Amino acid sequence: MGLELYLDLLSQPCRSIYIFARTNNIPFEFKHVELFKGPSNSEGDGKISLLKKVPVLKDGDFTLAECTAILLYLSRKYNTPDHWYPSDIKKRAQVDEYLSWHHANIRANAPKTMWIKVLIPLFTGQPQPSEKLQEVMEGLSTSLKQFEERFLQDKAFIIGSEISLADLVAIVELMQPVGVGCDIFEDRPRLMEWRRRVEEAVGKELFFQAHEMILNIKELSNIQIDPQLKEHLAPVLMKMLK
Amino acid sequence: MSGRCVQPPTAELRVPVGEHRTEEFRKVNVLMKVPALRDGSFTLAESVAILMYLTRKFKTPDHWYPSDLQKQARVDEYLSWQQAHIRGKGSKLFVTKMLIPILTGQPLPPEKVEGATEELNVVLSQFEEKFLQDKPFIVGNDISLADLVALVELMQPVAAGYNLFEERPKLAEWRRRVEEAVGKQLFQEAHEEILNAKNVSADKIAPELREHFKQQLLKQVN
Repeated sequence: MGLELYLDLLSQPCRSIYIFARTNNIPFEFKHVELFKGPSNSEGDGKISLLKKVPVLKDGDFTLAECTAILLYLSRKYNTPDHWYPSDIKKRAQVDEYLSWHHANIRANAPKTMWIKVLIPLFTGQPQPSEKLQEVMEGLSTSLKQFEERFLQDKAFIIGSEISLADLVAIVELMQPVGVGCDIFEDRPRLMEWRRRVEEAVGKELFFQAHEMILNIKELSNIQIDPQLKEHLAPVLMKMLK
Repeated sequence: MSGRCVQPPTAELRVPVGEHRTEEFRKVNVLMKVPALRDGSFTLAESVAILMYLTRKFKTPDHWYPSDLQKQARVDEYLSWQQAHIRGKGSKLFVTKMLIPILTGQPLPPEKVEGATEELNVVLSQFEEKFLQDKPFIVGNDISLADLVALVELMQPVAAGYNLFEERPKLAEWRRRVEEAVGKQLFQEAHEEILNAKNVSADKIAPELREHFKQQLLKQVN
């Protein structure tokens, strides 16, 4: 039994892991977890995830969660090219710094665009007031400003002339609002240029394949959501937005 | 060799409340936050990044951030999970129970404090069941960055008056081990200020910053 990656490409962290593994030709078994199907449809042994958490890595009897931990484990175990997580301690620190900041900033708001525009209406049957989206977009704008001024600046990639885990983790998160019609790249030429470079660095085809689901999010409205799950999640989602 | 921290030869930096918003500090840290590291012309923010940089630059004992692939992954896993969980909920309780009342001069409604306490308890149980389990430390037999980061975060709600260790003997035992591994005196010294936080009054904070902090914090707990 080789490496198994439990992923749902609707999820940003899953996409970064998927792209990273594929672009580095790391052999793995893709275990598709469908976040919105109920427990009766889940695959895999109960040990992995009763709560259907993704992403999860399983390597023999070693199980690992948390996107950053998984990416770092893969980069080390499979000796991926240095630029992903440079051995130079200052450059490495810059990747660590970005990954940490990302969590509390970009990742605080970017995912909410999808929740507000698509998922919550899907689960509760009600659209969300525009002020909610406005608030989230403002928060995201502030983070994007910091992203450009502090992290990207005038460089090709976050830590210099080559792509690293920092760029990968950033881009998948920023594609979430794009998928639901909030194109944050539109008025930001520098970001758009950076995005183009990241797509090229990982491979355009792979990039689009990983993002196919999120870029066709309307399809999601047609999926059958387990009614139990709907009932269970609706109040959680409403609370999430407060 | 015990798990004592190697003290790197850096200058002491005391940052009185609010000083991290001055122009001088801004040069070190564009994001105007603490902690921040400056090593020559190299500046770095984010505590996890700083900790890892220090372990690498000063080649600290292996157990802090093990070279073993799986053990290292466990440290990474904890450091990632803790941001939204132990750190997130511990901070929230500290802010709710102590910091906001100091800034506004009045306590928040009891349901807010209860709610924050409840949320913290959920993650504390997760911490015990998933991360600590029956091991002496999070990643086995030795202290690592995971334990250090975990304990300092848990001291925040303790400082606010929530005795989470009292009701959780396994955690209390772990805490004792962590304190011993870093050195009890050092641990106390590091926590002196926060453990006396209740003695901080609003007038110790620059007035123009008081309002700003208040707004930020109220947003955080709502």
